[in-house]
Amino acid sequence: MLENIYTELIAEHSQSKENRRALANATIKERGHNPSCGDEITLELEIADGVIKDAAFGGTGCAISQASTDMMIDLMRGKTIDEAKRLAELFIGMIHGDIIDDNELEELDEAAALKNISTMPARVKCATLAWHTLDAAIKNSGGDKLA
Amino acid sequence: MDKNFLNDFPILHSRMNGHPIAYLDNSATTQKPESVVRSICGYYGGCNANPHRGVYELSVRATKVYEDTRRKVAKFLNAKSAREIIFTKNATESLNLVAYSYGLNNLHAGDEILITIAEHHSNLVVWQRVAQATGAKLNYIYLDADGNLSQADIDKKLTPRTKILAVTQISNVLGLVNDIKKLSAQAHEVGAIIVVDGAQSVPHIPVDVQDLDADFLAFSGHKMLSPMGIGVLYGKKKLLEEMPPFLSGGDMIEYVEEQTATYAELPQKFEAGTQNVGGAAGLSAAIDYLQNVGFKTIERIEKDLTSFAIAELKKIPYVELYGCDAANKVGIVTFNIKDVHPHDVATILDSEGVAIRAGHHCAQPLMKYLGQNSTCRASFYFYNTRRDVERLIEAVQKVRGIMRLA
Repeated sequence: MLENIYTELIAEHSQSKENRRALANATIKERGHNPSCGDEITLELEIADGVIKDAAFGGTGCAISQASTDMMIDLMRGKTIDEAKRLAELFIGMIHGDIIDDNELEELDEAAALKNISTMPARVKCATLAWHTLDAAIKNSGGDKLA
Repeated sequence: MDKNFLNDFPILHSRMNGHPIAYLDNSATTQKPESVVRSICGYYGGCNANPHRGVYELSVRATKVYEDTRRKVAKFLNAKSAREIIFTKNATESLNLVAYSYGLNNLHAGDEILITIAEHHSNLVVWQRVAQATGAKLNYIYLDADGNLSQADIDKKLTPRTKILAVTQISNVLGLVNDIKKLSAQAHEVGAIIVVDGAQSVPHIPVDVQDLDADFLAFSGHKMLSPMGIGVLYGKKKLLEEMPPFLSGGDMIEYVEEQTATYAELPQKFEAGTQNVGGAAGLSAAIDYLQNVGFKTIERIEKDLTSFAIAELKKIPYVELYGCDAANKVGIVTFNIKDVHPHDVATILDSEGVAIRAGHHCAQPLMKYLGQNSTCRASFYFYNTRRDVERLIEAVQKVRGIMRLA
């Protein structure tokens, strides 16, 4: 079971520094928090013309939350707000075990590797933190109306 | 050689992820021996009726179960009278009762509440709310380098302005035992009352409320072999009598008119609505079990497990321990593994059958003070064995490899 969770890919993304920075031209900053375990991230987005030009994050958390955030940022860069919202829903659906078709999940790219978290109820919140934060960022900025 | 307690706890023979379970999360809740489960079943199977109300024999039996437990708790804590024992849901509700009924009615702007940075949220957030509602100021006692309360800070902040000193007897994160007797003497000297959170102490060490001179003391049954949903507030009779009721409803009244009511005597004044009599039956059996084992044995076993765990963890270079150098320590070992988040540690330990707690342990201000986001916590009870500790150590040694950090 563990080897399906703590994979090379997850290790790489959780330790990667590339997306862990502050954005000079951030248009949205959103904090996400799991009060039960203390995972805390700040997601920064640079949105122009309804497109996520760049994204980055800061904060602390477990390997699963950090890897998930890192993979989400890789995935979202260059996407429109509409696409971003749809992909976040797809990811959350996958983690909750509602969407299991691998073809459908292909769009999530590397983030699809977190599919096995759906069998670990205690870690679902870790995996979805960044994606819920993204969703909140888009909502709070009124981005869902702009798109 | 100690009795093999495991035979009394069938759940400890079960497996977790294919391994025998090493249950090291006793500060969160303990397991229940068969005698406690039997006592609860016995109540519902043979005595269940609404106590205090019915005139028929079954209701009298239920009342007896409930009131006998109250007397047993009073003796267990060495309270002067069973009227000083209020049943609640848990320590959290007990502390809320004191905060709302005593705090809101006795504090005014300019008064001060003093608590410690090592409090559980249940003995912290309630006082924030009392402070906000009354205009009182909430002050904190901080810790010395070894994790113990700073005496200099106590001397500076416990003043005639302090009306309430609320303090845990044993920290649920660091396991350090505070000298309540000394604190209560010092509090009384300046005219403050002392509220003691006994959630982590009553299950592990003998607690004598008269010797401590505690004004209030709260604990939960479920952290000492009892079912969830039964807790206790001890309060000095004089204080309880002067306080208005906390919750209102049936069983806590004397006469009810359209616009007014008079209230029942202690302890019913604070026990509105049908109470958890099955829980009380369980608590009664739990106290019997603990007294049979004896606190001397409990303390000896837990001390041995704690020092064994600390010594073994100290041998691992990438493990950082918190509050583990103090002598006054009971049953709790808090640590981190370098570069691995506690949540990942707990998941890996879980896969080895070892149950620990990871997170902020309902003590976020303390975590911040320690400079940690969260920690791993192993907490012991007398039924744990050295083998459980070895299993913890073996699992800890696997963590960095699985996280590809080795």
